Amino acid sequence: MSTPPPPKLEWRGVRKSFEDAHVLRGLDLSVAAGRSLVIIGASGQGKSVTIKTAAGLILPDAGEILYDGEIVDTADSRTRAALSGRLGMLFQSGALFDSLSIWENVAFRLINADGVARKTAKARAIEALARVRLGRQYADLYPSELSGGMQKRVGLARAVVSNPEIIFFDEPTTGLDPITAAAINDLIVQQVRDLGCTAVSITHDLASARTIGDEIAMLHDGRIVWRGQAADLDRSGDPYVDQFINGRSDGPIAAAF
Amino acid sequence: MDAAPLPAALTPFRAVGRAVLGLLIQVGSVVLFAARGVLAMLKPPWFFGQFVRQLQTIGYFSLPVVGLTAVFTGAALALNIYTGGGRFNAEQIMPQIVALGITRELGPVLAALMLAGRVSAAIAAEIGAMRATEQIDAMQTLSTDPFHYLIAPRLAAALVTLPLLTMTADIIGVAGGWFVATKALAFNPTVYVRNTWDFLQSWDVVSGLIKAAVFGFIVALMGCYHGLNATGGARGVGRATTHAVVSAAILIFAADYLLTSLFTHR
Repeated sequence: MSTPPPPKLEWRGVRKSFEDAHVLRGLDLSVAAGRSLVIIGASGQGKSVTIKTAAGLILPDAGEILYDGEIVDTADSRTRAALSGRLGMLFQSGALFDSLSIWENVAFRLINADGVARKTAKARAIEALARVRLGRQYADLYPSELSGGMQKRVGLARAVVSNPEIIFFDEPTTGLDPITAAAINDLIVQQVRDLGCTAVSITHDLASARTIGDEIAMLHDGRIVWRGQAADLDRSGDPYVDQFINGRSDGPIAAAF
Repeated sequence: MDAAPLPAALTPFRAVGRAVLGLLIQVGSVVLFAARGVLAMLKPPWFFGQFVRQLQTIGYFSLPVVGLTAVFTGAALALNIYTGGGRFNAEQIMPQIVALGITRELGPVLAALMLAGRVSAAIAAEIGAMRATEQIDAMQTLSTDPFHYLIAPRLAAALVTLPLLTMTADIIGVAGGWFVATKALAFNPTVYVRNTWDFLQSWDVVSGLIKAAVFGFIVALMGCYHGLNATGGARGVGRATTHAVVSAAILIFAADYLLTSLFTHR
């Protein structure tokens, strides 16, 4: 009998503190290749820290991050650089480079890390922009000239342009109106399906979580308290999940003021 | 774990100890940052486009402010030395003293201080804003090391441009002295230039340019360090900008004394 493949991405006993604040307290979580996992949870429970440890932006104090069964957080810088080439990330704020035009933002990795010629990179950037339904006329504008929804779409184009194996979505619909948020959700689902990649998202937006997630995990107090299929969210039977999805102030989760 | 309560008499020592430890941590952090920046300058990938852009921003756009500072300083220096020298009948050595003062000390220090105000602050604000809006994080996820893309080009550009700006400041500063001396103090223009030229030694100029290179590195380093470590949104960016200017100015004066001391004992 053959051994099952390792998860595409795994957090194994990950701990992270900032001075006296213990954010992650031994997080164990994994995502299979080609699946879309959404992490939900109240504010301040460590959702952003969770994906930033996986994206290599924050080093865990203890525990391991593994891609395809290979430990990455303690790997040498060359290995980590090679691994970071396999991931893409859409930031909550868009995080577009405001000194660069839209196409230069999208082509940033192609030009600066992959050594693609500017002309070819521009063509690929325009193609990626078309995939998120932004026309060629936006390519030479600057981020400040676009609306919030358009900036998110540019961020998405930048995340997918080099065909990553893993994509992280940090609060993809925060700050958007419901219609734009639904459009972003649809684009995320389509891009993840087209690329066949593994996706990990964090969000407060339950409509978004249900649309983009195959599975949902609930993070509370630095640990996963529930995990299941997106379709099972309403019948989880977990008091944390019930309180969160029903938006009640009474329950095991204390409101963060 | 909380520290055990100290007797009241020892409280001041704890405060001093904390301050010293904080200072040592800060110094260590700056040194490590500088080492990483130098390594990024020496090791590929090199971003020549960024380097050229920084040459323009740090060097070319600073020319007016450095030139104006130099011309007025040279002129004021000439007047002061003429007046002071007159007390012991030494007015005629004014051209030499102006040239020496400008090339060895005032040219590099004033150009560096102007850059600390103009460039260090701008670098800290730009990189700090990038930090606050997650652009630095985004860069890392796009397989691009901010030390190579942002820090190294700025360090290298400042290292190269401040000696060039200082050389310009030297010429303009001496010209400022010449202008005052010949128009207001009845010096012979040709004799003034000849006296300056004959008196100056190449080391006077070169030592000033070496200082300028060190100051340039400090200016960019402080901007980059405080910018990249900015925390706390807009307020943090403002704080980073202030710290960059103040720490660059202090380090310029400290480095100036150390280098002058080193050069005079050569």
